[in-house]
Amino acid sequence: MLTYWHIFLAFFIPGIVGYGGGPPSIPLIQYEVVNRYGWLSVQEFGEILALGNALPGPIATKMAGYVGYEVGGWFGAFVALFATVAPSLIVMLFLLGLLYKFKDSPKVKAMTNLIRPTIAVLMAVMAYDFFASSWKTSGMLQTVILIAASLFFLEKLKVHPAYVIAGALTYGAVVIPIFQ
Amino acid sequence: MDLKVQRDLFIGFFRSTMLGYGGGPSAIPLVHAEVVKRYRWMNDEEFSDVLALGNTLPGPIATKMAGYIGYRVGGTLGMINALVATVLPTVILMIVLIGFLAAFRDSKIVQGMTQAVSPVVGVMLATLAYDFFKQSKKNLGWTKACVLSLISVAAFVLLNIHPALIITFFMVYALLYKPSKEKKQDHQKSVSGGM
Repeated sequence: MLTYWHIFLAFFIPGIVGYGGGPPSIPLIQYEVVNRYGWLSVQEFGEILALGNALPGPIATKMAGYVGYEVGGWFGAFVALFATVAPSLIVMLFLLGLLYKFKDSPKVKAMTNLIRPTIAVLMAVMAYDFFASSWKTSGMLQTVILIAASLFFLEKLKVHPAYVIAGALTYGAVVIPIFQ
Repeated sequence: MDLKVQRDLFIGFFRSTMLGYGGGPSAIPLVHAEVVKRYRWMNDEEFSDVLALGNTLPGPIATKMAGYIGYRVGGTLGMINALVATVLPTVILMIVLIGFLAAFRDSKIVQGMTQAVSPVVGVMLATLAYDFFKQSKKNLGWTKACVLSLISVAAFVLLNIHPALIITFFMVYALLYKPSKEKKQDHQKSVSGGM
């Protein structure tokens, strides 16, 4: 029972403080899942995030569904999805009239603006965690090669993330085992 | 109960979720195509109102849109239907694929694959962080964006404060703070940023 309560909290909190849609709530989910409850290691979380990014659909619910399932089975997946989706949807359905009045309010916009740097920092810290974990397990050379290659393909050539991840997976399957 | 409406709701949201790469926000134009252009459940103006409203609330945008539009078109059942179509297919795909990978966890090949993916995810997050920072620089100005970032780094990395608390603090501050300069920016933004 306590596990389900923890699953609920772990996805409820990122859901209600994550402004700007699902992707900004990812570092918050990581904080709960990796740092707070220790359900997954940084590397496992990265694996899931990579796979999630390679698949279509909203990322927050893919993460919630999978982590919930991993920790508490199908019911765990249901609890995690409910915690992610329901609170903001319920508020939206019930407070519709009230929110209509405030949707152009400068305060609401100031709110989104003010938390953006924090989200940026959370994402940067998370990026650092992934680099550090890769440095530790695959060494400096592989990490630098992969960072440079993915920067080049994602940012310079604007290749679709799904293909870049597929490329990295192929590289990992073929090249990395040779060096180990 | 109208079965055809429910079927359309499911197909509409299933299609937009399965074709929408890069998380919920990137699927919004696809949802728009289904809801406004194909099935005409709403007109353009209603849709952008609902979207603006959804953006003032926290949480994933794709499920807020699906839930609300499903509710409007097909009642409670429509809401559940649209949510299931948006969420379930990709969650099941995740669970099956990761289960498949986990079965071969000890193989050198799968280990290499999982290792290779972590720097790529790092790069994706770093560029996302950079985009967010650039946006805040544009909306808040260089000094404010830097100060807020430094406060966040200090609070999160050095003092180890829960990120939800840091965000709540800034939100409360924004609500209590009297916006004087924001008004002008607000006007500019509503002209440039439609989403």
